[in-house]
Amino acid sequence: MKILEVNNIRKTFGNVEVLKGIDFSLDKGQVLSIIGSSGSGKTTLLRCLNFLETPDAGEIIVNDEVLFDAAKSHITSESQIRKNRLHFGLVFQSFNLFPQYTALENIMLAPRLLAAENNYNGKSKSEFLTQLESQANEILAQIGLSERKNNYPYQLSGGQCQRVAIARALILKPDILCFDEPTSALDPELTGEVLKVIRGLSEQKTTMIIVTHEMEFARDVASKVIFMSDGEICEQGSPSEIFENPKEERTRRFLLRYSGK
Amino acid sequence: MELIIKQMPVVINALNAGFVQTLKLFSITLLGAFPLGLLIAFGSISKITPISVITRLFIWIIRGTPLMIQLLIVYYFPGLVLHNPIWGGGESGRFTAAAIAFVVNYACYFSEIYRGGILSVPVGQQEAGLVLGMTKRQIFFHVTLLQMIKRIVPPISNEIITLVKDTALARIIALQEIIWAGQAFMKGSHGISGAIWPLFFTAFYYLIFNGIVTLALTKLEDKMNYFR
Repeated sequence: MKILEVNNIRKTFGNVEVLKGIDFSLDKGQVLSIIGSSGSGKTTLLRCLNFLETPDAGEIIVNDEVLFDAAKSHITSESQIRKNRLHFGLVFQSFNLFPQYTALENIMLAPRLLAAENNYNGKSKSEFLTQLESQANEILAQIGLSERKNNYPYQLSGGQCQRVAIARALILKPDILCFDEPTSALDPELTGEVLKVIRGLSEQKTTMIIVTHEMEFARDVASKVIFMSDGEICEQGSPSEIFENPKEERTRRFLLRYSGK
Repeated sequence: MELIIKQMPVVINALNAGFVQTLKLFSITLLGAFPLGLLIAFGSISKITPISVITRLFIWIIRGTPLMIQLLIVYYFPGLVLHNPIWGGGESGRFTAAAIAFVVNYACYFSEIYRGGILSVPVGQQEAGLVLGMTKRQIFFHVTLLQMIKRIVPPISNEIITLVKDTALARIIALQEIIWAGQAFMKGSHGISGAIWPLFFTAFYYLIFNGIVTLALTKLEDKMNYFR
C-alpha cells in the first residue's frame, strides 16, 4: 500500500537548482535510505517533505491525500501547513532538543500544546496529562532512557540526545519518520546506540526515510535505496541492486569512495 | 558636623520623599519598557519591510538623541507648540510626562537587546518546533522566550542599573525626585539653606539601591543556570 508519493519536486536557491525533479514513492512499513555526496540535495529533499522549504514545483501525496501541490502552494494556509507537517516527523543531525526542558518534557511538549488547543480531546486536563506521561514513559523505555528522563539535554550524551529526539518525533505518531544524518554529529562509539533504536523501529514496520552516510546501516535496514547526485535521483532500487550491482557509473564511483575508506 | 547631625532628620525625610518618586519612575519605566521593547523588537525583525524600516528609524532617533531632550520635548511640546498643555502644571503631570519619555527611551534600548537575544537562539530550535506541529506563537512562548531571557539577563542588567541613575534626569522638568530634593537644601527648604551635603548624600541612596538590584539580578542569572 502506497503511503507516500513524491512527484517532480524542484527547488532552487538563488540560481542554484538544488532539486531537479525528484520522483519516488514509498509503501507503508518500508524503509528508504537516501545516500549521496554532500550537496546532492538529500537534506533539502527531507526539508521539503517536512514543509521547512517550499518546493518550486511538484506534488507530495500522503495516503492518497495531496498535501502539497506547487501550483496551489501560495494559497495554502499556515494552519494547513501545520497539519501537513504532522504526517511527517523529522530527526535532525544536531538533535535540536529544547535545552530548558528535561528529556520527558521535550517529548511531552508538542502533544501537550496540540491537545490544549483541542480541549484535551474531551478528556480532563489531568487525565490527558497522565495518559500522555505514561505514553512518553513507554517510549523512553523503548529507547532505553527511562532512568534519564529527568535529565536536561546538557546532561545527556550526544547519542542519548538523539534518542530523545527520536522519541519526541515518535510520540506524535507520524506516518513517515525522516532522519537527516542522525549519526553524523556523534562520536563513532555513540552511533551504535542510535542505529539500534532505528533498527528496532524498522522491525516494528515504521515507515522511515533515512538520509545517511552509514552505508552498511543503509543497506541493512533499508527496503529501498535512492542514490542522489547533483539534485537528481541517479539510481533507485533494492539494497542489493544499489550496493551490489549499481547500474550507473556515478553510483559505482560513490560507493567505491566509501568502501575505499 | 554637629550641624549636619542636627539637620539630618529633616533632610532624610525630604530625601526619602524624593526617593519614592525615583523608585516610582524606575518601576513604571521597567514595567512599561519590558513589553513595549518586545513589541519594538518584533517590529525591527519584521519581514514586512515598511514596518521594520519605520521601527529601525524610530530606534535610531530615540537612541541617537539625549534622553534629556526627549524629556523636555514630551513635557513642553504639547503646551508650548500645540497650545494644549495636557500635562498641567502639577507634579502628577510632570511624572506622567517623565514616565512616557523614560518608557519609550528604555523600550528602544531593550528592543535591541531582545533582538540580539532572539537572533542568537539557533534556528534549529524553531525548526524543531515547526516539525512537531507547533505554531510560531507557541514556539516563541514555549521554546525561544526562555532561551532568549537567559541570554539577555547580563546586558539587560546593565541597562537596569543605568536606569536607576538616569531617573535623575527627570529633574530637568522639575520632577521632585531625590536629586531635586537634595538640591532644594542649597536654595533653601524646610528652614535649611546653603547646605550642599544633602545633594552629595543622595549618592548613598543610589549606591544602596543599585546594590540590591545587582543582587537580585545575579540571583536571576543563577536561576537560569539550570539549563545550558
